[in-house]
Amino acid sequence: MNAVPLSWYLTLSGVLFTLGAAGFLFRRNIITVFMSIELMLNAVNLSFISFSYAFRRVDGQIFTFFVMVVAAAEAAVGLAIILTVFKNRNTLNIDDLNSMKDEYQPAQPEEASETAPVSVP
Amino acid sequence: MLMDTILFYLFAALVLGGGILTITRRNAVHSAIFLILSLLGVAGLYLLQSAEFLFAVQIVLYVGGIMVLFLFVIMLVNLDQAAKEKQFNRQWTVALACAGLVGAEIFYFLAKGAGAFQLAKGTAEANTGMGNTERLADALFSQYLLPFEIASLLLLVAVVGSVVMAKKRI
Amino acid sequence: MYASLVPTSAEMIRFLPELILTVVATLFMVLDPLLGRQSRHVYGHFSILALLGAMAAAVYVYRDPGAAFSGMLMVDGFATFFRVVVIGVGILTVLPSYRYLDREDAETGEYHALLLFSIVGQCVMVTANELIMIFIGLEISSIASYVLAGYLRDDRRANEAALKYFLLGSFATAFFLYGVALIYGMTGSTNLATVRRAILGGSLGSAPIFIGVAAALMFVGLGFKVSGAPFQIWAPDVYQGAPTPVAAFLSAGPKAAAFAIFLRIFLTAFQPIGPGWEPLVWVSALASMTLGNFAALTQSNIKRLLAYSSIAHAGYVLVALAARSNVGTAAAMFYMAAYAFMNIGAFAVVSHLSGKGERYLKVEDFAGLGAKQPGTAALLSIFLLSLIGVPLTGGFFGKFYIFKAALDSHLVWLTVLGLLNSAVAAYYYLRILVMMYMREPGEAASRIQPLTPGLRAALVLPALGTLVLGIFPGWVLDFAGRSSVFVR
Repeated sequence: MNAVPLSWYLTLSGVLFTLGAAGFLFRRNIITVFMSIELMLNAVNLSFISFSYAFRRVDGQIFTFFVMVVAAAEAAVGLAIILTVFKNRNTLNIDDLNSMKDEYQPAQPEEASETAPVSVP
Repeated sequence: MLMDTILFYLFAALVLGGGILTITRRNAVHSAIFLILSLLGVAGLYLLQSAEFLFAVQIVLYVGGIMVLFLFVIMLVNLDQAAKEKQFNRQWTVALACAGLVGAEIFYFLAKGAGAFQLAKGTAEANTGMGNTERLADALFSQYLLPFEIASLLLLVAVVGSVVMAKKRI
Repeated sequence: MYASLVPTSAEMIRFLPELILTVVATLFMVLDPLLGRQSRHVYGHFSILALLGAMAAAVYVYRDPGAAFSGMLMVDGFATFFRVVVIGVGILTVLPSYRYLDREDAETGEYHALLLFSIVGQCVMVTANELIMIFIGLEISSIASYVLAGYLRDDRRANEAALKYFLLGSFATAFFLYGVALIYGMTGSTNLATVRRAILGGSLGSAPIFIGVAAALMFVGLGFKVSGAPFQIWAPDVYQGAPTPVAAFLSAGPKAAAFAIFLRIFLTAFQPIGPGWEPLVWVSALASMTLGNFAALTQSNIKRLLAYSSIAHAGYVLVALAARSNVGTAAAMFYMAAYAFMNIGAFAVVSHLSGKGERYLKVEDFAGLGAKQPGTAALLSIFLLSLIGVPLTGGFFGKFYIFKAALDSHLVWLTVLGLLNSAVAAYYYLRILVMMYMREPGEAASRIQPLTPGLRAALVLPALGTLVLGIFPGWVLDFAGRSSVFVR
């Protein structure tokens, strides 16, 4: 029998989740932002495991297992996307990703051809 | 009993300390190292709650797989310049909301004490005398067979997606 | 204990549409190295065949509805309706993709494979009867969509779109999952029907406050996925940066599936606490409509304009959810089908007009389209009129049923404000119509290419769908009405 009550685990999980959410909102470096998401997912996993332990059942652990699989898939795709962004822009600051907001100004003809994609190899 | 409590506080300190440093360090490599620390703390908490299989998976998959991937990517991109730039957005309203949320959570649980969260009754599984991994496999391949198979599709999608992003020519 | 290990054949058949799509998508991976770059249209043809097969299978398996795989899936009318919608969206996405990928010189097997995988994910979402299954389906659909949004990976805008979509999508997923975790802790189950019984039966362990917290967290997660305000920030950038056929797909397929699970979760599991979450949905619906429509008024980029309009349309569907009735569910189902037709059609015209490298995307670029290509202009007019909600189009009946359901549930203020919003929306759609018919042809209209067969089908089919739903809405609505009963 565990001496630590379920509520402590849940508090820890809640605080960790909020930390992750705060990191997501405040940080400007894309990689750190992504790491904050990992913190949030771990908080969720901790909750699942704690419930599972309190219920004396394994299905919560199975959910954790699936969340980990999803986290791995997300990490692979997300880091690939981050690398292509870095290749094209040479920056990983979130504030520099604003090439689309300012299109309300009447466009010059040069600008149109400049923003055209260069998908030719 | 006492040992459990001490270990809980130790791991909890690891989790929270690692988490706070992850989101506050300037250098992304340091952030990643502290995230690993935090993930190890979570793994320890799994062990405390007799989820041995998940403890192993957490270390092998998260620390050994995902975090190494992170470190690779951090090394691939040049972040010296990024560390000198401003690190935080000035969103004080959101900051206050987050701090308030953490405060409310802690206050709620402290006020209600250890019994703040009561479980639904009568849901415990019969003790079959099997080990953790055995029971997990049993459930995974009977009741949760379909999600298990579909999860492999998810991994396939991730592989194809990464290849599309990294391929020489579209 | 091991009797349930092997699924029965009836269970496998209920999973047939997903199996067909998965097999064909996996086949593309094998075909890719074997086929040269000459035979690149093969993928499109195969995709369409697979999607048609899957759609037939989805209709066929409805003859024997029921649960499958230990209650993980539930094939019922609701699931069948949305399966057909998301598969149909897939077909309507592949058709304009032929021309688009030719033009950008970017046809690969992976594009079509990812599209099919994404649809498999959405099919799993809409059939799932269990929160973990919903979550995995949602992730398959999302991860494939992230990559599709950034498919032209040398394009800066597409990169940015993919990254924003990915970061905010994962953030939303975490919220959704935390909600799932709390639900599991409170009820000991993730099966929607069991959760509902636990909430109703009062066998909840803890204070009801946690159910409220869980519902709110899931609302945040799903709000992101359906781009409802205040979680809509990603939508304009993603739709603008993504390749146009993909933007069309994102605005119809994943959104329809997200609404399907939104309805299923909130009207099954959380139905007993309906009065608690109704104000949340009410506010979000109003905010989405107002914000979407007023922001669309000032847009000059057509894809951005359609993105804001898509946010506003999400608001209309949220009105149907706020009604919390079977009539409301049926109205939401009808609306998603009508919206898929008209929005994909409009995006297909944009894709056709924009030219190589998506150069012409201003509203002014539509000038003189009516004179240069009367057929295309006429079809676009149908889509725009339907988006406004003019009678004889699917959009009209969609809005009509939604506001009727809202009135039945005594949401008078929401109805009034929604109708006012529709009037505002008419302005920016009419602006495009005026531009097409009353201005001299500009550079874009003069350089427009003739329609290819694929594009022609991509324009005519949605137009037919829009008109059929507008003139004979009866049987679709009947079916939706019969399928809108979740709890048996």
